[in-house]
Amino acid sequence: MSTTTDRVMRTADGLPLKLSLQKALARSRLRAALLVLPLLGFLVVAFLLPIGDMLFRSVDNRIVGSILPRTALAIQGWDADGTELPGEAVFEALVRDMQAAAKERTLGRAARRLNYEKPGMSSLFRKSGRRAKRITGPSWRDRLIGIDKRWADINVWRLIHRESGALTGSYFLSAVDLSLNDRAELVRQPEPRRIYLTLFGRTVWMSGLITVLCLLLAYPVAYLLATQPLRVSNLLMILVLLPFWTSLLVRTTSWIALLQTEGVLNDLLVFAGLISEDGRLQMIHNKFGTFVAMVHILLPFMILPLYSVMKTIPPSLMRAARSLGATPFTAFVRVYMPNTVSGVGAGCIMVFILSIGYYITPALVGGRTGTFISNFIAIHVSETLNWGLAAALGVLLLGLVLALYLLYDRIVGIDNMKLG
Amino acid sequence: MIESGSSVVRFDRVQKSYDGETLVIKDLNLEIEAGEFLTMLGPSGSGKTTCLMMLAGFEPATHGEIYLNGRPINNVAPHRRDIGMVFQNYALFPHMTVAENLAFPLQVRRLSRADVQARVERVLHMVRLSGFGSRRPAQLSGGQQQRVAVARALVFEPALILMDEPLGALDKNLREEMQYEIKHIHETLGVTVIYVTHDQTEALTMSSRIAVFNDGVIQQLAAPSVLYEEPENCFVAQFIGENNRLQGTVESVDGAFCRVALDDGERVRALNVNVDGEREPTTLSLRPERVAIDPKGEAADNVVSGRVEELIYLGDHIRARLTVAGNDAFIVKVPNAQGHASLREGARVRLGWAAEDCRALDAPGTGSAPG
Ligand SMILES: Nc1ncnc2c1ncn2[C@@H]1O[C@H](COP(=O)(O)OP(=O)(O)O)[C@@H](O)[C@H]1O
Ligand SMILES: [Mg+2]
Repeated sequence: MSTTTDRVMRTADGLPLKLSLQKALARSRLRAALLVLPLLGFLVVAFLLPIGDMLFRSVDNRIVGSILPRTALAIQGWDADGTELPGEAVFEALVRDMQAAAKERTLGRAARRLNYEKPGMSSLFRKSGRRAKRITGPSWRDRLIGIDKRWADINVWRLIHRESGALTGSYFLSAVDLSLNDRAELVRQPEPRRIYLTLFGRTVWMSGLITVLCLLLAYPVAYLLATQPLRVSNLLMILVLLPFWTSLLVRTTSWIALLQTEGVLNDLLVFAGLISEDGRLQMIHNKFGTFVAMVHILLPFMILPLYSVMKTIPPSLMRAARSLGATPFTAFVRVYMPNTVSGVGAGCIMVFILSIGYYITPALVGGRTGTFISNFIAIHVSETLNWGLAAALGVLLLGLVLALYLLYDRIVGIDNMKLG
Repeated sequence: MIESGSSVVRFDRVQKSYDGETLVIKDLNLEIEAGEFLTMLGPSGSGKTTCLMMLAGFEPATHGEIYLNGRPINNVAPHRRDIGMVFQNYALFPHMTVAENLAFPLQVRRLSRADVQARVERVLHMVRLSGFGSRRPAQLSGGQQQRVAVARALVFEPALILMDEPLGALDKNLREEMQYEIKHIHETLGVTVIYVTHDQTEALTMSSRIAVFNDGVIQQLAAPSVLYEEPENCFVAQFIGENNRLQGTVESVDGAFCRVALDDGERVRALNVNVDGEREPTTLSLRPERVAIDPKGEAADNVVSGRVEELIYLGDHIRARLTVAGNDAFIVKVPNAQGHASLREGARVRLGWAAEDCRALDAPGTGSAPG
């Protein structure tokens, strides 16, 4: 092959074949592009822009700079690595900024932002903001330190210096349980605040297990669906699709009714004498609850791709394998299963990606030990209002999904080369 | 009833029903000798595939017993029957290369790697596909896929090969080429082949014997020439080759012959093959090439008149469609020889034929297969 690559194939009138093929395809490409244009527009507005906004929020740090503009400007000239406090001008800038911000009632936001990085900043700013109204020059520095001694701490100024730029990586650091210490070195968060890595890990392994459980349960069902006569398979299909027609909340809450300690299942077990009244099992608001409810909800997403692939496998393939001397087991493993790889892959990636970002169900039945990273994203969005951290967690989740997708593409790609 | 040591396959009073209401195979008795090329020929839905499926073990017989090399196989699993099978859509494994497809039956039989490779090479060579081993089935043409399917059914050297309409998906030229190749392989290897088709030309050119199927019953089982020359019932006469049918009533039977009154009153003498008796309806079967126009002298036992409806010029002969005794689809082939009868559409002509060429068969509807 390699010896012939220098010879270019040409059409009858001497154009390179590739070029003329491209010309011929250009029109059909254009038509295809026009057909997808509406969807593309919708995607841009409803999907790409919000994602872009989220990506930006995860590094957006304009809050300090916009609320304390004079300080942000003045502190640029200060050598943060030195041992000297900033000069008089910086203190003056900060006081004037605080006076302006107090009037506009925006100081709290800047204080909260800095408090993410260093506990105590919020109270420092609130206290100083209230009293800064009365400060006038000259000796700004002494007056401010007189209000609160913490203004003499060089680390406070280092923090303001660090976080007055337009962009920051500190949300991402928090999202992986790291932070910068006073000397701007990377350190792990203190023990009680290390939660996100654990959560990411739990989200991944639980989603993985949910995917595996779905696959194990779905494969035989899909096989039945694909091989039974139409009458039977239609009925089965309705049973598979039934959950889709019921509200997600109804399904999740019915699991609560079934599995809670005073629930149907425990009642039955007690009634049957299998467990005692005091020994009622905790099956909900923990990992077990999340597993059960999630597998139930995501099962159709595994069954459907498997079914659609199995449907295309002609029955004669298995018969051929049998007639060639393979036992039913060998025929299944060596002929049937390899032909379902694309369905298995599609189903797994679908269930895994859905699961890794699932929110409602873990929130309702996960309790404390069975919640996922998305539940914390939701908390930061709607409760703590730390959108920067929520965005950083979201970006990491997105990156994780993309990475897994690429990995899958690599692996199944290689498998495809070997198997089908 | 049939007892023979050398038969490879024997169907003994086999019946098959899928739904418990209708019989798809009705009382099938069939014995196939070693080395034979037996074709099951019949219209679509006549139960041919069902026969193969029962033989290969994918469908249980509802009643009766199938013997393979003298042993009943109703309870033998398909993978233990050692029957090579070529499926209608080839059923090549799409995820394996050609070589892997061919190696599959050898691997499940736990042959050594070297053995497998040698046999795969040999069979690839036999079907003239050496060098195609690393391709996938999807990268082959229809004819090549077909050859791989045949090779795969042969590679583990079964004594019996089943082929279910293996050439159905190929175009005409390729089909003829493949007919020759399959025939050739059969002759070289001496395997027994049971071949299913609905194409009578294919059946006639390839088979040593043909079983004509209709409606779950073997209508006639005979060598190709016998089937064409001496059909035993109306269905076979009509299904194999071109055939003129004339309806009539038996007037008298005298030994091998009988007199039949045609529907328009003319009387003809015909070979008594399958008539129910005097005053019973019958169908006369007559090959177009056996009918003479304007017979001279006493050459013809029967002479009737007909009206020319249509003439089609076909080069070496002229096809004439006539109305004879109420049948307006009566075909006569007039050879384009020197001095042949010149016909005009609308003209009345006299037609003649020998009594031996005119076979009196069962009337449609009463259709009884020869037992
Ligand atoms: N799996 C099946 N279930 C029910 N009926 C079937 C099945 N396979 C074939 N039949 C019926 O049996 C009859 C014979 O079919 P088949 O053996 O495939 O005929 P052929 O191969 O001669 O075309 C047909 O009427 C067909 O509808
Ligand atoms: Mg068939």
